[in-house]
This record gives sequence, structure tokens and C-alpha cells, in this order.
Amino acid sequence: MASLRDIRRRIKSVKNTAQITKAMQMVAASKMRKAQEAALHGRPYAVTLNRVLVTLRDTVDENIHPLLEKRDEIKHELVILISTDKGLCGGLNTNLFREAAAYDREKTQFISIGRKGTQFLARTKRKMIADFALKDHPSFLEVKAISQFAIDKFLAHEVDKVTVLFPRFVNTLNQLPTALPLLPITSLAELGLAEEEGEKTSSGAGMNFEPNAHSVLDAIMPFYVHFELYQMILGSRASEHSARMVAMKNATDNAKQIVKDLTLEYNKARQAAITKEILEIATAQLALG
Amino acid sequence: MSTLRLEIVTPEAKTYSDDVDSVVIPGVEGEFGVLPQHVPLLTQLKPGELRVIKGGEEIRLAVGEGFVEVADDMVAVLTDMAIRESDIDESAAEDAMRRAEEAMKDESLSDEQSAAFQASIQKSVAQLRVKRRRSF
Repeated sequence: MASLRDIRRRIKSVKNTAQITKAMQMVAASKMRKAQEAALHGRPYAVTLNRVLVTLRDTVDENIHPLLEKRDEIKHELVILISTDKGLCGGLNTNLFREAAAYDREKTQFISIGRKGTQFLARTKRKMIADFALKDHPSFLEVKAISQFAIDKFLAHEVDKVTVLFPRFVNTLNQLPTALPLLPITSLAELGLAEEEGEKTSSGAGMNFEPNAHSVLDAIMPFYVHFELYQMILGSRASEHSARMVAMKNATDNAKQIVKDLTLEYNKARQAAITKEILEIATAQLALG
Repeated sequence: MSTLRLEIVTPEAKTYSDDVDSVVIPGVEGEFGVLPQHVPLLTQLKPGELRVIKGGEEIRLAVGEGFVEVADDMVAVLTDMAIRESDIDESAAEDAMRRAEEAMKDESLSDEQSAAFQASIQKSVAQLRVKRRRSF
């Protein structure tokens, strides 16, 4: 049986660990709330963007825009992998990388957002054409640089399809690695118009376009792509923090259980020692008497 | 007197939402003013200065790229940046611009890095333009 002092030392160290994981859990919880709020702040933008696109759809032939072009043969695919910068978030990255590993090694190029993803791609020797570092609260302008990069690649016919692979936020306990197509934009009709609110969708009939409808459409389409990617990144930030929160909660619970077990063991050892001491004194007295 | 509803939204937040008398917007085809009863219009926005006139007072905002929808006395401005004049930190904007410009000179930059710096320069220029105006 381990000595009393050893057990005491272990209890202390496990308690320290529990304190740290508890603190990380709290931090992750508050960051998660913030990340979710940030995602919600995008709502008015999404609604207005949808309204404008609906207006445009009535006016312009939607099938001519290069970003909508569906290519029959997918020679090269670009995958934007959104992972985290730090670990300690449970199986979040592992699950994501399992999906990433399924892509064809020859055909697929990667853009990595997040340090863990970069390390993974380097380790498995995948084709990585760019690596972006984003802060915890990415600004729209930073994200725009990334999606613009992807758009340029797509328009230059270097890649025929752009997919985003990210941990989609389902709920606090559940984050699903999801691959969503970013380019080509599937169809204007599907553009997130699920909640086609009965809001006064001013019909395109009386609308004036400056300089003309086509160039306005040209200008708006990239914005749609930027915004899509921005929302996905915000979503994966929320996933990261909630995954970390859950992982840290488990760690804290486990640490507490260990402390409990060790304390029991410690008390047993202490009692055994006391009993032994009393026995020794008693035998000594008997021998003397 | 009738008023105009102005909403400025960025992907990060709804920056401005109020009833105003008129608004002057930097469009790709040049600056244009919008008064109540304006015809429905959809156009692109250029980085620059957006002026809001409300009750004789003028508010200036620096805006980035985006577009504007005018319909039914409602002006919706969608842009990637909108900062009020009073919130612009001139020296910070100058610093950011200098840093970005210096970085641009470094030719070893990859495509994506230079794109990011370009965006940063554009943003700083728009902010400075709005801020400096008053002193001229």
C-alpha cells in the first residue's frame, strides 16, 4: 500500500487539476455564449441579403453567373477545413479529420483554418495550398480574404468545386462534422430561402438597377459566398467552445471521483497505522507488566 | 415631413437603424442622395463616406464594400464595415494602414496574405477619409 505521504501528494495534485479544468470549463461556457450571439447578429444581414436576392431572381436570368456554373467533371476539389487552434476539446478535431482523410489524395487540395488542421494536413502529407490563422472573434473582413481566395481559384478553373468541412453546431452536446458545398452556388432558388418570410418582398418589376441588373448580381454573388463562409466559421467557433466545455466538465467530474477514491484509501491507511501503533503500545505494556 | 427608414447592417451587427430625413450614399456610379419617395433602386456601394441627415444634424459613417437597396421609403445598406465618425481612431487607422502598406512591399507574400492586407488598407483609407474631412 502506498505510503500516507504519497497519497496525500496525489490528492493535492488531482485537486489542482480539477481546479484548472473547472476554470477552463467556465471560460469555454462564456465563450460559447458569445460565439452563439455573434452568429445570431448575422440574422438581419441574412434577411436583407435574401430579400435582395429574391428581387434579383425575378429580374435576371440566374443561370449565367460564373459562380453558379456547375462543372460536369470534378478534376480538382478544394476543401476548406475549419478546425481549432487549441486542443482539449474532446473528439471534435479527431472526428473532423476522419472525414477529411476520406477525400481523394490526388484530387483534393486543402485550405486550412486553425492550427490543429494545419498540423493534421502536414502530418498526413496532403496538398495544402493555404493556411489561414483567425482570431477567436474573426472579423468579416478577415473571412472575406479567405473566401475571395477560394472564389479566385474557382474562377481560374484551378478547382471545380469548393467544399467546407467544419464541425456544425447541433447542440451543446453534439457537434457534427459536416461538409457543405460553397461553390458553385447550387441555385439562387435554394439560397437559404427556407424561411421565405412574407415580408414585403418588393417585386423586381419596379426596381431600378445601377449600373444594371447584371453587374449588381455580379457584385452580390461574392458577398453571398463570403457571408456563407463567415457563418460557418462562427458556427464552428461555437462548436469548439461547447465541445471544450463538455470535455472539461467530464475531466472535472473524473478528477473529483479520483479525489474521492484516494481520500478513502488515505483514511484506510491512516486508520491502519493508528491501530498498529496502539497494538504496539499494548503489547509493550503487556510484556513489561 | 415624411421620413425615410435607414438600416445599415453588417454581418457582425445591425449598426444603424433609425428614421432619417435623407441620406447620401457613395455608390459605384458616384455619390447619390436619397430622399423620401425615392424610386426603388438597387446598386453597389463603394468604400467611402455615408452621410445621414436627421433633424438638421449630419452623421458621418465610414462604410466598406456592399450594396444598397432602396424601396418603399426604406433604405437597406449591406456592407462589410460601418463605423461612425466619432468611433474612428485616426492614429490607429493610420498605423494600420502604414503597417499594411509596408507588408505589401514585401514581395514574398502569398496571394492570400496580400489579399488580407489589401482589405485592411481599403478599410483604413475609408476611415481616414471620413475623419479628415472635418479639418479641411
